[in-house]
Amino acid sequence: MEDILNAFVLLSNFVLIPALAYGSQLALGALGVTLVYGILRFSNFAHGEIMSFGAMSAILVMWGFQASGVSIAPLPTVLLALPFGILATIAMLLIVDRSVFRYYRKKRAAPVILLIASAGVMFFLNGLVRFIIGPDDQRVVDGERFIIRVREFKQMTGLDQGLALKTSQGISVLAAIVCVGLLFWFLNHTRSGKSMRAYSDNEDLALLSGVNPDRVVLYAWILAGSLAAIAGTLYGLDKSYKPFTFLQLLLPIFAAAIVGGIGSPIGATVGGFVIAFSEVTVTYAYKRFLAYMVPDSWAPEGLAQLLSTDYKFAVSFMILVIVLIVRPTGIFSGKTL
Amino acid sequence: MSMELRKPIMFVGMALLLVMVGVFQSWSLALTIVNLCIISAIMAMGVNMQWGYAGLFNAGVMGFAALGGLAAIVIGMPPVQETWQAGGGGILATVAVVAVTVGAVLLLRRRFKGNKPVRTFGIAAIIIVGYFVARAFFMPAVDAIESIEPAKTGYLGGLGLPILLSWIVGGVMAACAAWIVGKVALGLRSDYLAIATLGISEIIIAILKNEEWLTRGVKNVNGLPRPTPYEVDLQQEPWVLDLVEKYGLSAIELSSIIVKVCYAGLFLAVLLILLFLAERALHSPWGRMMRAIRDNETAANAMGKDVTGRHLEVFILGSAVIGIAGAMLVTLDGQFTPTSYQPLRFTFLIWVMVIVGGAGNNFGAIMGGFVVWFTWIQAEPVGAWFLDTTTAFLAADDPLRLHLIEGAAYMRPITMGVVLLLVLRFAPKGLIPEQTWHR
Repeated sequence: MEDILNAFVLLSNFVLIPALAYGSQLALGALGVTLVYGILRFSNFAHGEIMSFGAMSAILVMWGFQASGVSIAPLPTVLLALPFGILATIAMLLIVDRSVFRYYRKKRAAPVILLIASAGVMFFLNGLVRFIIGPDDQRVVDGERFIIRVREFKQMTGLDQGLALKTSQGISVLAAIVCVGLLFWFLNHTRSGKSMRAYSDNEDLALLSGVNPDRVVLYAWILAGSLAAIAGTLYGLDKSYKPFTFLQLLLPIFAAAIVGGIGSPIGATVGGFVIAFSEVTVTYAYKRFLAYMVPDSWAPEGLAQLLSTDYKFAVSFMILVIVLIVRPTGIFSGKTL
Repeated sequence: MSMELRKPIMFVGMALLLVMVGVFQSWSLALTIVNLCIISAIMAMGVNMQWGYAGLFNAGVMGFAALGGLAAIVIGMPPVQETWQAGGGGILATVAVVAVTVGAVLLLRRRFKGNKPVRTFGIAAIIIVGYFVARAFFMPAVDAIESIEPAKTGYLGGLGLPILLSWIVGGVMAACAAWIVGKVALGLRSDYLAIATLGISEIIIAILKNEEWLTRGVKNVNGLPRPTPYEVDLQQEPWVLDLVEKYGLSAIELSSIIVKVCYAGLFLAVLLILLFLAERALHSPWGRMMRAIRDNETAANAMGKDVTGRHLEVFILGSAVIGIAGAMLVTLDGQFTPTSYQPLRFTFLIWVMVIVGGAGNNFGAIMGGFVVWFTWIQAEPVGAWFLDTTTAFLAADDPLRLHLIEGAAYMRPITMGVVLLLVLRFAPKGLIPEQTWHR
């Protein structure tokens, strides 16, 4: 019995909790992508860099707070700075929309032109972020680092295996729940949210019914910017902030949005967790888990790892490929072909 | 200005710029820029086939270029006998198992077309069994190979064939990868191809970085054989020594210039051959059909054209051209460094070249390759100079000034982003627009 408990704790510590936290971050990122897709009808390649910009703004404000001794310990200071990061991201996005995307929208350019424009924005933001904060690693965590520590858990339960829950992981999951809840409330129960859904479903019909397109687009950018800044900051808080990781996050984020059905918010949320759990479960080494679960003589010699962690991108890609072959509209049937 | 005049004026202007680099900086530098310009131009031609002819967005240029680079190792490097003896059999067995698995899956798909549950579970079972059998051969072989002199070799080496052959093989390898991606993602919404190519390129880079038995991973493969003479040998040649005396250059500088000229000649030959073929294709019925599909897919489909099939064709062709350029780049560098493949440099920069040059026009793509690579190279010194002069009013050790000057390297992506956005907005047809009259 104790072996099974130990095995379960081991799996929670190395698979369940990290995947939940990572999935929350991916879901928030994918929601931004899917919202922009639903309203503006293009795949926003700049989304990773927008997340990076949001996290950077929050970090800059955080440094200001740290220097002046403001803190909300035991919580990390960056949370206090996050609203400023969100505002900065929204402001930046509105400027970008006014100067870049609006022109193509008014011209009703093909989606792929907007996609290329977003690649240009990505290029620009990529350079800008590195120009402002530099290419190096930035530590974001301060305050109390753990909610549950390995040693305390062992003492509490008397098991061999410990369980750690980082503050950043707890905050990620909590933030995802709050954001997703708020977003769905907004989309389903407010007038503006309903007009957004109507615009996403059928643009012409929505326009005929008196929906103001500029307002809908404004809401879409505000929501996408907030979600991106939160997702970027949480990812930075959980793993440490490195500007180059955000370009690599683009693939899992898009995979999450497509797997769930691009354009569908519920799909993006589910897709984020699907991608995160597959990535973590496939790249986890099950050696110690199996050692608890099977008799000693059966225990595996190798690491019992299906795929090395260097190939975690391959997991999101494989899922993407399977979905594209089997069900191109995604789990929740987002926008059709 | 008429189109007929615009093209030669631009090419002459570009040539003048390069000559100015030669006069004011150094001829060696000018030739280095020329060589990379030609390679960039070939990559841009590949992307132009996909985007300009057919309107396909390939976000994985980097991956196809890297596959070409891999071909340079696999073809050019001499085989390492010890590692072949230690693990070659295991690797070949793995390849055989993978081939059998793929064959079995294809067979099952064909045989059980009507019976969906059998097909789905059968395929899953075959893949799982195949994976574990392949792994049983693969893991010990890899360990054996990587343990042999890891500091010097620790990989299988190549086939020891002339490295020029790798340019063709690189194209074929990139074409195979493109076939797989195209089969999956073409025929769906255009964005899906972009994301699928983005994914495959990240995976290709991950494989090249981590599979040390194949590429030595981050330890890099150095000293690839060259298709051109070596500087050291040239410095002994009597005719080179004559030239040294005649022009008063140092032997080292002259020999390096000669080598670069040789490379430039080879690259130029490839560029001209590809340009000839691409122009012929564009002005053939096939090229007209391609543009018809691009401009109105529905109408072309109604006329009985196989849109997805033609897209697959042009996607494979374009990727093959990118693969050729990738192999040429590694041949020029003489070393294979997986870490040097960055998406901004290898994917999005090539895109800027195509958009700036003029999508749909091969001369435009070449022009874009030259102009953008030139700008990319010169943006950093110009950016540094710009920041240095604009911040001159600050003290030399002012932290803001130091920070700005340190960030000069990032002027490159910023400049490129701005250039892409400006061209896309104000001159969407590019420097040399597509020609639409009939011949």
